Amino acid sequence: MKIGLTSTGKTLDSMMDQRFGRASYFILLDTDTSEFEALPNEASMTAGGSGTFAAQVIADKGVSAVITGNVGPNAMNVLKAADIGIYRGYPATINDNIEKYKRGRLERVDQAGPSHFGMSLKRNKK
Amino acid sequence: MKIAVLSGKGGTGKTTVAASLFSCLDRCQYIDCDVEEPNGAIFLKPDLPVSCPVNVPTPRIDPAKCNGCGSCRSVCRFNAITVIKGRALLFPELCHHCGACLIVCESEAISEKDREIGIIETNSSGTFMHGRLHIGEPVSIPVIRALKRRLQEDIPVVLDCPPGASCAVVRSIEGCDYCLLVAEPTPFGLHDLNIAVQLVRKMGIPFAVVVNKASDTDRSVQKFCRQNGIEIVLEIPFSKEIAQEYSRGILPVVANPEWKKKFMELYTHVERGIQT
Repeated sequence: MKIGLTSTGKTLDSMMDQRFGRASYFILLDTDTSEFEALPNEASMTAGGSGTFAAQVIADKGVSAVITGNVGPNAMNVLKAADIGIYRGYPATINDNIEKYKRGRLERVDQAGPSHFGMSLKRNKK
Repeated sequence: MKIAVLSGKGGTGKTTVAASLFSCLDRCQYIDCDVEEPNGAIFLKPDLPVSCPVNVPTPRIDPAKCNGCGSCRSVCRFNAITVIKGRALLFPELCHHCGACLIVCESEAISEKDREIGIIETNSSGTFMHGRLHIGEPVSIPVIRALKRRLQEDIPVVLDCPPGASCAVVRSIEGCDYCLLVAEPTPFGLHDLNIAVQLVRKMGIPFAVVVNKASDTDRSVQKFCRQNGIEIVLEIPFSKEIAQEYSRGILPVVANPEWKKKFMELYTHVERGIQT
């Protein structure tokens, strides 16, 4: 199955990005083959609606579960409609989060966090 | 004659200046374009018997007709529509009511329905008006547009603008004959005055500066105006007396005839500036 993680960088050593809609990258991982793809998040620079845009991209990629920090109400609605499970990741590397997910150690999220959460965090320097 | 009062930075005294100017004139219209936080009514205390809604057309999607093609979502610049599992999902509060989705939908699944985003309140003669954007609504332009449609062309009009220098301010000062830029002498005040000056210059509207809370300790605004060839038409001092009256909702022109005279002179000066 395919899972998506919000990431500050392109590799599995990168730190998880706490933001969903305004995350720098999405790491899309096939848990069966361990192959992954790093997708720059086009939604990160939109003026508005980054959450719905990012959720649409994730849904179109056929992802079954998302691991991230905070999902706002709009993105939550899109992900739920697409039957994508949402898991709260740790502020650690992508690899650490994948391991924790595989061992069933990540909490499943059903309630949306605050809107515009990513706007209050500093953008990571590339 | 339409005079817009703007500032860049918030809290510099736009409403003090706009409401004072309005109070000094016998026949005049006051329009509070700061629809996110209108406060002119606190000072001018009008009766507001007339209230009308401001509606915007918001798309509605008929799931029976929608084939899930996704052309509406592709054309939406505001990400207000997503298509999941062949079904379009709409986020009305992200919509900027451009109508593009309606145009591109080939299965005619999209129609528009009015949605109220704010109200306009006026006195019986329409000489005092303000708009109120409903809480949670992100787009103020339609409310400002609705206010300006009710502008009375035959008498002087004072428009109290929102803070900042973005779309809402552009829409407020568009078509005005003169702009008064209210500035306070602080680093932040100077920074935002500079942005407001660039805006009015770009829009080609004649303007001058009113310095509010002026004191001898910071002459940065005066220096900036001198260096950039900008006229300062009035200085309101940083004064305990004015601040005290203000805190009770009393304008300087009401509390002190001296200020009424100064604001009337300001109006005459602006009028002359427009005519020449």
